[in-house]
Amino acid sequence: MNKKSNILKQAAAYPHIVWSVLFIIAPLIFVMYYAFTDKEGRFTLENITSLAQPSYLEVFLRSLCFAFLATVICLIIAYPVAYFISKTSPKAQKILIMLVTLPQWLNFLIRTYSWMALLEDTGIINTILESLNMQPIHMINTPFAVILGMVYNFLPYMIIPLHSVMSKLDNRLLVAASDLGCNQFQVMTRIVLPLSKSGIISGITMVFVPSISTFYISQKLGGGNFDLIGDTIERQFQTAYNYNLGAAMSFVLMILIVISMAIMNKYSDEDGGVIV
Amino acid sequence: MNEEKILEPKGVTNGLQNEHKKIVELIDVAKSFDGEVVLDHINLVVKEKEFMTLLGPSGCGKSTTLNIIAGFVTPDTGDVLFENVKINDVPANKRHVNTVFQKYALFPHLNVYENIAFALRLKKLSEEEIYERVEEMLAMVNLRGFEKRDVNLLSGGQQQRVAIARALINKPKVLLLDEPLAALDLKLRKDMQNELKNMQRKTGITFIYVTHDQEEALSMSDTVVVMANGKIQQIGTPTDIYNEPENAFVADFIGESNIIDGVMLDDYKAKFSGHEFECLDKGFNKNEPVDVVIRPEDVDVVPVEKGMLVGMVTSVTFKGVHYEIIVDIDNFKWMIQSTDYVAPNEKIGIYIEPDAIHIMKKSEFSNMFGDYSSFSDELERLSDTNEEENEEDE
Repeated sequence: MNKKSNILKQAAAYPHIVWSVLFIIAPLIFVMYYAFTDKEGRFTLENITSLAQPSYLEVFLRSLCFAFLATVICLIIAYPVAYFISKTSPKAQKILIMLVTLPQWLNFLIRTYSWMALLEDTGIINTILESLNMQPIHMINTPFAVILGMVYNFLPYMIIPLHSVMSKLDNRLLVAASDLGCNQFQVMTRIVLPLSKSGIISGITMVFVPSISTFYISQKLGGGNFDLIGDTIERQFQTAYNYNLGAAMSFVLMILIVISMAIMNKYSDEDGGVIV
Repeated sequence: MNEEKILEPKGVTNGLQNEHKKIVELIDVAKSFDGEVVLDHINLVVKEKEFMTLLGPSGCGKSTTLNIIAGFVTPDTGDVLFENVKINDVPANKRHVNTVFQKYALFPHLNVYENIAFALRLKKLSEEEIYERVEEMLAMVNLRGFEKRDVNLLSGGQQQRVAIARALINKPKVLLLDEPLAALDLKLRKDMQNELKNMQRKTGITFIYVTHDQEEALSMSDTVVVMANGKIQQIGTPTDIYNEPENAFVADFIGESNIIDGVMLDDYKAKFSGHEFECLDKGFNKNEPVDVVIRPEDVDVVPVEKGMLVGMVTSVTFKGVHYEIIVDIDNFKWMIQSTDYVAPNEKIGIYIEPDAIHIMKKSEFSNMFGDYSSFSDELERLSDTNEEENEEDE
């Protein structure tokens, strides 16, 4: 009886195991293979060492920097929004969360093109500014535009985990804190913030990882002036046909992400074991 | 209406003598949630060092009253006074009042020590002073050595103690307790009742205690406030409340009681169940319809020929100390508690002494309670647990 149910339980995991092997483990092995071999298939470290040029380092550093900024901005915007949503009625929460994810229903390319239309020098925003007799602002092809694109695209991934933690927050704890002498600000810093830490960490992960590896946003909103790792990797596969170098970049990016996550997990100490 | 007049606390004696000063006062406080009246213009005076219990079924407004004193709820009308100063607009964190919550509401991210130290940390006291006072509190609630424990792994009783220590460390002038023992099992509840009472005596802090458990209320309090339908039904000492219930609701809610329709023929003379009885009550109009309360333990079982009333025994339950006997007298089921056994379906007589009869004015609760025809232990217990669960939404 017990044995049978155990076998069933194990069987329930098989689809996922098969999925993981086919679509996660196997591709990873391919990436490793290409990263550490040359065009003839011989082992080499040259792909990795060749990344140590200033031009590539600049790309890595810029990606890291943009992703970091986008994540921080997302967190600053998402935290109060998620808190506000969690304080509304259950029915309102459902609707508001749906509205948060609504932009994701549109295709990613269309969303990015829409931002181009908005931000261009002769775009919608500047046209409006001019009609109001105000100075037009140059926005497209700036780091601002690229980071804006990232924030816009990845904000829901910050709001949703934050909201899911906050909606489970026991309101009596907040009442108890004010009973014991906390003002509104202290309730936030001493109760809400520490108790939503796991949401903050998964939110950061879910925004930082896609931000650092994103491509296309920078090409369209940055006008090709701000190459990111994702764009560089794409070029190796699509234009340069240098699979080995592309794989090496992917490998380094992966290491970068793992290190970032490890640093964050260290800061989240005991109750943060959510990711990686 | 006229009946409501007598429910005002005017002239009602609190459990504590008048030498103690007023500490909390509610004047004509009313509150509605979504158009539903939860508190209907109540007046209440709490004195220093008093152990006051707000007692009533779920939805009677007792928790709301507590929340208004704590500052979590703002009354629609009326004033809240603290040491004779109006505090309607003082936020909860600025009031000299702390609360022990029903399900403890301990901070899950802090250990026992930090939970108790919480209020002191906000005051930015020195580490030594915090340590000293936390240890003092831990000693008081018998939790020495638990400093580093995770509060999520404590038993219900231990969590309760942490909650009490956390609320008392601030040395509040008034401690509010919202059904603090409801989640504990019976044995632990009894122990904690004694401990709480001792703590209250030792610290001299005013306790305002909310419960739906009448036994808890009677055994712990100096003053009991019985509430129903958003109104205060009676304020008095536990003995007053039990012996001199103000109306049918109080009589039914506190202990067991037979509540019979009657007429006051004259001073000291009441008629009910087709028989005239002598009693000790006076001051009613001639032939005024009244509710008559007779406690089950005050009814004597006698042979039929000696009985003032005669009835048929419909059920007998052994309760340890006594038998609980249900007797049908003219289609009204009486409950009688007797140490002598009688057999079901036996005809018995009952005898009632004049001091066993308590006469009450008719009220909105007349004819709602007091008959034991549908009585069953099981139902009573079921309704008890429901009450505990519902109470929170209030």
